[in-house]
Amino acid sequence: MSLDGTVGAAPAHPTAPHSRPSALANLLRLRELPVILALVVLVAVTAALNPLFLSEQGIKDLLLNATILMILAVGQTLVIITRNIDLSVGSILGLVAFGTGSIFVAAPNLPIIAVFVLGMLFGAVLGALNGLLITIAKVPALVITLGTLYIFRGVNNAWAGGTQYFAGDRPEAFGNLSVDTVLGFPVITLIAVVVVAIVAVYMLGTRPGRDLYAIGSDPDAARLFGIPVTRRVLLAFVVNGLLAGLAGVLYASRFNSVGATTGSGLELDVVAAAVVGGVAIFGGSGTVVGAAIGALLLTTITSALTALRVDKFWQQAIVGILILAAVVIDRLASVRAARKLRMLEARNV
Amino acid sequence: MRFIHSGSTRRRAAFAALATSAALVLSACGGGAATEGGGAGADGEQTITFIPKQLNNPYTDVVLGGGEDGATEAGFASSEVVGPLDASASSQVSFINAETQRGTNVIVIAANDPDAVGPALEEARTAGAKIVAFDSDTNPDYRDLFVSQVNAKDVALIQLELISKQIGGEGEIAILSATANATNQNEWIKFMEEELAANPEYADIKLVAKVYGDDDDTKSFQEAQGLLQAYPNLKGIISPTTVGIAATARYLSTSEYKGKVALTGLGLPNEMRPFVEDGTVTEFALWDPAQLGYVAAFAGKALADGSITGEVGDTFEAGELGEREVAEGGIVLVGPPTVFTKENIGDYDF
Amino acid sequence: MSDPSRSRTAVDPDQGPPDPPAKGKRMAAPGTRTSEEKSTRRPAAGKADTTRVLAVPKGRTGAARILLGRDAIMIYVLVVVVLYASLVIPRFASPVTVGFLLLDVIPTLLIALPMTLVIISGEIDLSVASIAGLTSALMGVLWQGGMPIALVLVICVLAGLVAGAFNGVLIAYLGLPSLAVTIGTLALFRGLALVVIGDNAVANFPPGLTSFFTSKIGGTGIPTVMVGVVVLIVAFAVVLHFTPFGRGLFALGYSKEAATFVGIDVARSKFLLYLATGTVSAFAGIYWTLRYSSARSDNASGLELAVIAAVLLGGVSIFGGKGSIPGVLAGVLLIGTINYALKLDRVSEVVLIIVTGSLLILSVVAPNIAAAVQRARHARQVRAAPLP
Repeated sequence: MSLDGTVGAAPAHPTAPHSRPSALANLLRLRELPVILALVVLVAVTAALNPLFLSEQGIKDLLLNATILMILAVGQTLVIITRNIDLSVGSILGLVAFGTGSIFVAAPNLPIIAVFVLGMLFGAVLGALNGLLITIAKVPALVITLGTLYIFRGVNNAWAGGTQYFAGDRPEAFGNLSVDTVLGFPVITLIAVVVVAIVAVYMLGTRPGRDLYAIGSDPDAARLFGIPVTRRVLLAFVVNGLLAGLAGVLYASRFNSVGATTGSGLELDVVAAAVVGGVAIFGGSGTVVGAAIGALLLTTITSALTALRVDKFWQQAIVGILILAAVVIDRLASVRAARKLRMLEARNV
Repeated sequence: MRFIHSGSTRRRAAFAALATSAALVLSACGGGAATEGGGAGADGEQTITFIPKQLNNPYTDVVLGGGEDGATEAGFASSEVVGPLDASASSQVSFINAETQRGTNVIVIAANDPDAVGPALEEARTAGAKIVAFDSDTNPDYRDLFVSQVNAKDVALIQLELISKQIGGEGEIAILSATANATNQNEWIKFMEEELAANPEYADIKLVAKVYGDDDDTKSFQEAQGLLQAYPNLKGIISPTTVGIAATARYLSTSEYKGKVALTGLGLPNEMRPFVEDGTVTEFALWDPAQLGYVAAFAGKALADGSITGEVGDTFEAGELGEREVAEGGIVLVGPPTVFTKENIGDYDF
Repeated sequence: MSDPSRSRTAVDPDQGPPDPPAKGKRMAAPGTRTSEEKSTRRPAAGKADTTRVLAVPKGRTGAARILLGRDAIMIYVLVVVVLYASLVIPRFASPVTVGFLLLDVIPTLLIALPMTLVIISGEIDLSVASIAGLTSALMGVLWQGGMPIALVLVICVLAGLVAGAFNGVLIAYLGLPSLAVTIGTLALFRGLALVVIGDNAVANFPPGLTSFFTSKIGGTGIPTVMVGVVVLIVAFAVVLHFTPFGRGLFALGYSKEAATFVGIDVARSKFLLYLATGTVSAFAGIYWTLRYSSARSDNASGLELAVIAAVLLGGVSIFGGKGSIPGVLAGVLLIGTINYALKLDRVSEVVLIIVTGSLLILSVVAPNIAAAVQRARHARQVRAAPLP
C-alpha cells in the first residue's frame, strides 16, 4: 500500500533501492481495482433492475451528483498524502458558495469566468490560512482545521445571516453550466474531470507532486533529503482550498439556494470518499484518480438505493461498511507489500 | 539544551494562552453585554422571546419580522429572537432554559420536536412564563396556545386541489416533506392521505411515496431526483415546505422533466418567482408568514396580561388583523392560504 | 507487523539499518509533526539504547509544576470566565445556572473521559456520537416494543459495549488506523440507528425516569445524575493517573515501541479503551434520550467534534502521551460555561462557534509561538555570546 507512495518517495528512501516501478505499477492498479469493481457491479445491478438508472437523464444526474464531491476529494487527497487532513472544506465551500451568490448580486455583469477566478482565489486564501497556521505554528492539522471548521462556518453565519441567494439571482448562463451537456457530460462534470486529470499528472509527473508522497511517507527523511517540506505542505493546503473554492462556485451553479448553512457536514463525506478511493489516512499513498472514483462510488450508492427503492435508511450503514472495507483492503495490501519488500531485502543483504 | 529552557518556555506559553483566550472570552462576553436591551421581567415591563426552528432561514425571517412588529404594537418592553443554527430536536432546549432563567414573560416557539422541548417548557411555565407555540406545534401539554397559519385541513386540501388540477385528476403523485418528525408537516400529510382515500374525485390519484428532504437544499434536491428515477410514471409532486418546493423546482427546471411533472406545495413567492415565470410551476400556495408572527405576539400579550388563559372560546385583539378566537385544542387560526399564480405573484414581496 | 503505522515506510526501522530519521515514532494522528514534538520524545523513544539520560529533569518540580502546568492554566481560565460572567451577566451567578449548564454539558463530559484516555494513548474515536445515537434509537424501539425499562437500559449499555468492541477489534487486534476505522463506524453506527428506528421518534418514556434525569439535588441546582457522572470522573482519573494501566497509556502514546519494551500489552490496552468509549457513549445516549425524552436516530449527531474540541482544549496532545483528566474537565466546563453565558446574554450562537474555534486554535498555537519566540531569542543569545 505504501508502494505507490514509494514511487514518489524513492529518492527519499535510500534504504529502499529495490522498489521496481513495473511491479509497483501493477500494485498501484490493484489499489484502485476494488473501488472500480464495486462501482461497476453497483451500476450494473441497479441498471438491470431499473433501466431508468442509465437513461440519459439518469447518467447526467449520476455525474452531476459526483462532481462537487469529486473535486473536494481530489483536494483532500493532496492534503492527506502529506499526512495531514483538512476538516474545514465544508465550511470553505459554504463561504465561497455564498460569496459567489453575493458577487452575482453585487455585480450581475461580471463575466462568469471572473467569478470562477474570484471564488477559487477566495478558497485558496482560506486554504492558505489553514496551511500557514499548520506549517508556521507547527501544530497538528486535525486541530487547526477543526478550529477553522467552526470559525469559517461562524463567519459564514455572521456574513449571511438569514440572507439566501437563489438560482434566480444568478445569470442563466451560469446555472446552465450544470444543465447543458457536451458529449453527454454536463459542463461542470467536465470541469471536474479536467481538474482530476491535471492534478493526477502533476502528482505523478512533477517533482513537487512526488515530494508530497515523500513527505507523507516520512516527513523527517523528506526534510533530510532536502525537500522543502513546509512549502510543499502549504502548497497542498492552498490547492485544496482552491479546489474547495471551485466546488463552492459549482455548488452555486447547480443548487437553488446558497446561505449560512451551505456545505455543512460535508467534511466527513470528503474524507470518506478519499479513504474509499484507497488514499491511506496516514499519508504517503493513494492517488487522486482513486479518490475521485471513491467520490463517484459514494454518490452513486445514494442514487442507486433510491432508484431501487431500497429503504434509504440503509444508505448510511452501507457507506460505513464500504469505508471499513476500504481500510481493510488497504491493510492487506500493505502487509503483502511489506512482506515482499522484506524478502527482497533479505535476499540482497 | 532544550530542556533547560523548557520551563520558562512553557510558563511563558501558558501565560500567553491564558491572556489571549481570556481576552477573547472577555471581548465576546463584553460585546454581548453591551447589546443587552431593557431589563427583562422587571415590574410591569413584559418581555417576549421568539425561538424559531433555526436561525438564518428566509421563511423564518419573514415570520420573525411580523413577530417583532406585533410585539412592539402589543406593548412588550422588549422582544428578542434567539435560536439554534441547526434544526435538531434538542438544540432548542438550552435556549428555553436560558430564557427561563432570565425571567422572560412570553416564550414563542416553533418546535423542532414536539416532545424534546417539553421538560424545558414545563420548567419555564413553572417559573411563570407563558408559552405560545407557532408554526410547528409542541405536544399540547406543554404550551398555552398554538398559533396556526391556517386550518391544517385547509392547507392539506388546497394542495391536493392544486395538484389534481395540474395532473388532470389522475396519476401517481409523491410528497416531498421537511423532517420526518415535523408536527405540522405530518398533520398535513395525514389529512391529504385521508382525503385521497375518502374523496371520489381523487379516486384515480395514487400517492406512491413520501420522502424527506430535511429542509436542506441539497438533500431535498437529491430526494426529488431520486423520486423521478424510482417512479417513472410520476405525474406530480407536492412539497409542503418552502425549502423542498424550491429545491424540487430547481431540479425540475434543470432536467428533462421540466413541464412534464407537475409541482405544487407551499412556497415563498420571492423564491418561486423564476420557476413560475419559466413554467416549471404553475400554482402554489402559502399564507402570509408575517401575520403568523404578528398574531403570536398578540396572543402572548393577552396571555401575559391574564386577559385570556388559552381556553376554547377566549378572544383577543390582534392589532390590525382584528379579533381572534381560540378554537378546539388551544389553536388560534391566522388566515386562509393564498394561491400564487403567474398572474398575481408579482404583487407579493416575501 | 503489530504496529499499523509501521508499514508506512517501505522499510521497517527495526529490520533496516540504523536510520536516525526513520527511527522516530510514527505518527499517531495526521498532522505535521513538529521538531519539538520529536525532540522531546526522542529520549524516551528510539534512543533508549544510547547513553542519553532517559528522564531529563524538567525546569520545575513539585508545587510550581502543578500550579503552572497546562491543566492549571485551563482551570485559571475557567475560573476567570466564571467570575467574569457572574459579574457582568445578570442572573448568571445562581444555582439555576449550575443546573442548566451541567445538564447541557453532561453528554460531552461523559464521552470526554474515555476520549481523553484514547487520545493520550495515541488513537482517536470519531464514532462516539453515532454510538450514542444508536443507543438512543435502540432504546426507543425496545421501549415501544413493550420491554421493561430496566431490561432496555441493560441492552442499550451492552449495545454500546459491542459497538466499542467492534472498533476495538479492528483497531487493537487488526491494527487498522483508528481515524479511518472510526470514520467508517461513525457512518455505520449512525446508519444502523436509522435502520433501527427510521424516521420515528419515541417519546413516552416513564415520566418518573425522565423527570429523574432533569431533577436537581435539593436547592443546589446540581442535577441528580451528576452523582453518577462524578463517580465516573473519579474512576477515570484514578485509572489514568494512579494505576500502572494509566501510566502505560501515556507510555503508549509517547512511543509504542517503548511501551512494548516495558511489557505493556498494547493491543489489550487499546481494546479496553474502545470498550470504555463504547460503554460511556451508550451512557451518554441513554442520558440524551431521557433528558430530552425523545429517542431519535439523529440524537447527539455532531457531538464527536465538540467532544474532541473540548478534550484538545483541555490540554490533551493529539499526538498522544500528554494530558490529564482535570485539564479536560476544565476544557469541557469552559466551553459549556461560555456557551451558557452567551445564551443567557442572548448573544448569537454564531459568536459561540467562532469563539470555540478560536480557543481551540489558540490553545495549540499559543504555546508553540511562545516556544518559537523563546527559541529565536535563545539563538540570538548564543550568536551574541563571545566565543571562548
